[in-house]
Amino acid sequence: MKITVDLDKCQDHGQCAIAAPVAFRMNDEGNLEYETTVEDSYLDEVEEAADVCPVQAILIGQA
Amino acid sequence: MAGHVVVVGASLGGLRAAEQLRAAGHDGPITIVGEEIHLPYNRPPLSKDVLADAGDDDVERLHAGLVFRRRASIDDVEFLLGRRAVASDLVARTVSLDDGTTLAYDGLVVATGLRARRLPLPGPAAGRHVIRTLDDALGLRSAIRTTATAVVIGAGFVGCETAASLHRLGIRVTVVDPFPVAFERALGPLLGGAIQRHLETAGVRFRTGTGVVSYTGSHAISGVTLDDGTTVSAGLVVEAVGSACNTEWLAGNGLDLSDGVLTDNDLRVLGVDRVVAVGDIARFPNALFGGDPRRVEHWSMPTDTAKRAATTLVADLAGAPVAAAPFAPIPSFWSDLLDLRLQAFGSPALGDTAVVESGDLDHLADGVLVTYLREGRLVGNVAVNLPPVRQRALRDAFLLPVS
Repeated sequence: MKITVDLDKCQDHGQCAIAAPVAFRMNDEGNLEYETTVEDSYLDEVEEAADVCPVQAILIGQA
Repeated sequence: MAGHVVVVGASLGGLRAAEQLRAAGHDGPITIVGEEIHLPYNRPPLSKDVLADAGDDDVERLHAGLVFRRRASIDDVEFLLGRRAVASDLVARTVSLDDGTTLAYDGLVVATGLRARRLPLPGPAAGRHVIRTLDDALGLRSAIRTTATAVVIGAGFVGCETAASLHRLGIRVTVVDPFPVAFERALGPLLGGAIQRHLETAGVRFRTGTGVVSYTGSHAISGVTLDDGTTVSAGLVVEAVGSACNTEWLAGNGLDLSDGVLTDNDLRVLGVDRVVAVGDIARFPNALFGGDPRRVEHWSMPTDTAKRAATTLVADLAGAPVAAAPFAPIPSFWSDLLDLRLQAFGSPALGDTAVVESGDLDHLADGVLVTYLREGRLVGNVAVNLPPVRQRALRDAFLLPVS
């Protein structure tokens, strides 16, 4: 699947990195880094990451 | 599986319940009933971004910035918006709406949440605000353009976030609370007092340890009178004094509605069949914090409870057993207060002891970690301005086996 994060919305809360470490991580500067494509088998985790984002900045699409 | 599921409540809990019903295999019709006319939207920005937004007051524009992404799996779900449930018969399996409609259901999700409590104080009606819905926030947005002073009643998260937003907009704002320090109930006096001092240094005024007895003014509010007899001038008042549970429509069914709606650990409403509850209205036992059923008003709860409640309801409709693992969600919440970002896990309010693990309470902006214990056991932690990379460890602290 494809992952898009609206970086204008993202406020680096880091909840996504807890829910789906396969796709999202917070770097040492406290900023989000993420994979734009991950295997569909991780859909549940990535959906959860999108759900728990406080500012709802994560979009999931078909690869 | 067939069967009509009615979800009453069209905010985060109702939306997630519908999505999780589909994820759990329910392929029958779903109807979501919502009192507000808006599709489900995110409420935390109402006290911050929506007030600070410099654009016009177009409700569609503001709603578009808050509306939740909806999974494709619920494209066929029927939303009945602008309609309120007024009664229910949980034996006949019907819900009555305020327009006279009666909905029959096979499964029911209670997701009606809370409404802002209002203060029954004497004084003019104009100038009284609460902040729970988008329409509330719109009303406050337009009012703050024509006022230079405001009083916020209630020094909890909603009150202090709103006060911080008003302060940033150049309004002279005073927060009033009967407790001795801000955030006393949510975070305790140690951290609560430190945050209050931080906000005071920035220019937000506090009158704590005092209540409000009346509002002054003839046609509109011009100030508030405190219980020590002093008056604080205010062009408007924001009442941020907690909330009331929207359970009236469930009355007469023999349920325990003394505080929200009582459920078991699987979110099944006790006393009836095929009814589950989600979000901040659900009072359920969580083994992480002892066995006492509690409501949790944090933002993470609708999503967590919807997942479990949907699994329960789908299993009950099929007459199948539910998962054996206990439901023990770790609450999580955050708050933005001027230059402070709080991130909390667990339920700090349940703590009897607060411990500063790192940092200096007089320099919150540089980073502070406070943990909360109840009878020696971890029940919460709050990170102030700590790097998000540390959050996993703070959350995982709740997963350690109890010794």
